[in-house]
Amino acid sequence: MKQTLWTRPLYYIIAFAFATISLYPIVLMVLSSFKPSAEIFMNPLSFPKNFSLDTYRRLIEEVPFGTYFFNSVFVSVISVLLILVTTSLAAFYIARYTFWWNNFLFFFFLMGMMIPIKLGIVPLFILMKDLGLLNSLWSLIFMYTAGGIPLSILILTGFFRTMPVELEEAARMDGASDLRILWSVLIPLIRPALGTVMIINFISSWNDFFFPLIFITDEMKKTIPVGMLSLFGEYSADWGTLFAGLTLSSLPMIILFFVASKQFMDGLTAGAVK
Amino acid sequence: MQIETNTPIVKQKKTRNWKRWAIHLFPIPALLIFSIFIVYPLVAALSYSFYDWNGITRGAFVGLANFIDLFTLQPFSNMFWNAAKNNVLYFVVQMIVQNGIAFVLAFIIYKRIKGSEFLKVAYFLPRLLSVIVVGFLWKLILNPNFGALNVILGEFGMESLQKAWLGDPKTALMAIILVNCWFGIGFAMLIFLAGLQSIPKELVEAAKLDGANGANVITKIILPLMLPSIMIMTVLTFIQSFEAFELVYAMQGSQGEPYYSTDLLAVFFYRLAFGGSAAGDSTAVGLGSALAVVLFLFIATCTALLLKYMQKKQVEM
Repeated sequence: MKQTLWTRPLYYIIAFAFATISLYPIVLMVLSSFKPSAEIFMNPLSFPKNFSLDTYRRLIEEVPFGTYFFNSVFVSVISVLLILVTTSLAAFYIARYTFWWNNFLFFFFLMGMMIPIKLGIVPLFILMKDLGLLNSLWSLIFMYTAGGIPLSILILTGFFRTMPVELEEAARMDGASDLRILWSVLIPLIRPALGTVMIINFISSWNDFFFPLIFITDEMKKTIPVGMLSLFGEYSADWGTLFAGLTLSSLPMIILFFVASKQFMDGLTAGAVK
Repeated sequence: MQIETNTPIVKQKKTRNWKRWAIHLFPIPALLIFSIFIVYPLVAALSYSFYDWNGITRGAFVGLANFIDLFTLQPFSNMFWNAAKNNVLYFVVQMIVQNGIAFVLAFIIYKRIKGSEFLKVAYFLPRLLSVIVVGFLWKLILNPNFGALNVILGEFGMESLQKAWLGDPKTALMAIILVNCWFGIGFAMLIFLAGLQSIPKELVEAAKLDGANGANVITKIILPLMLPSIMIMTVLTFIQSFEAFELVYAMQGSQGEPYYSTDLLAVFFYRLAFGGSAAGDSTAVGLGSALAVVLFLFIATCTALLLKYMQKKQVEM
């Protein structure tokens, strides 16, 4: 395409203007969290003049933030582990064997990607009640595992299919069982795909607040996102603390993102493209 | 090729029978969890819609009465059509604003400008926040008295534009949709960028040699070849807007305030299923299930049609 004189500068203006729109609210959130409320009202846009960690101190002392944090970690880690184990097994089966029902099984799982599970929330609520899982972190773990299964199976099945069959055959000749082949031969080879599955599901379970909103009422069982909900009820006038709460709840994800931003972006989009 | 995969198993047949069967246990855990917590509730929601409900206890079979009530009984039918209208707007604006801007940004990054790695990170960062954080953060920014947006407008001498963005029924829904766009642009940008990068460079070069101008290259070559990623974003945006709930709940509560101007189908559904609705009476669970079924059929049909249409387009090319 012919480059006219003004196209390049125009590209830069649009690109960086939008970067500002994207980042500014997040920067504002972090900066405001170091200001006492009075200063937020007076200088909402400037850097904090009296830099203070007071808001964070109050947040941690008065809100069971540590408990929320632990609950979030527990729920996310266990569901991601469950997803990795169950979907590796299932995807291996679907990709490597050709029984007549395998295609049916594959599409059965894929259906779950187009269906908004929120619509089944009333029966789910009753089911959780009957199973005695209301107000238990396990209700969330089961939901996130079930919800993560379709996409994870899609990604892993695709990866298994690209692996050379010869490796398995050699192992089989040596008398290795299917489980042994999956664990020692294939799992090390599909590590990148497992990483993708891990990140996608970690983000969605860490950030979700729909299921805890419905299943969890016990203060000590809340995850960070629903914890924020009650924070906004109680501190509605205390802007500094609110901003501190928002910052603190986003921080783990933002730190992880800066450690592995490429994997995060590849991971989230892999689900859509592949 | 897949038949070859099978041969080792055939060989095993004679010797280790139990090992041959053990393989069928592999998909069972995933199948169980998926069936119990995803498939069963959705099927159950369908059956719930045919019953009369007393709180959360099931009453008599009433056939299609819940569906008829949903469309004819006040105030539900008004709420339904109002939420449906808002939902359509939600989808259309998101398609135009979010995906339009994302496309332009992807195109600019594709043109290899300096700092593109930083830009990608910057656009994507909002996507990492929980929707509830996004909602609350923007609620604070849009606050009429001290929120940053009105302050910024003031600094630039545009006091006349200052508004109670979320308090005014005329602007509240649009404000929420734009916040949703802010959240989603980075993801859409990456999808479009992947689409752009998959276009063979030679095709674009050849067209340029043949004297095609910029606009022609975009409309005749780039856009058609990007159809797969455009299709993916259309389907994802569609599904996401018709199940949108969290952002409205975080910013405006379960009543879609002010005056139901930000009500969406999924928010209305939440009210019917879990109360907080003016009508917290015996019919709510049945009505809610009927709404879930209608919404489900609508999303499934439209998604299938969209996919089919786009597939046909692709084959035609």
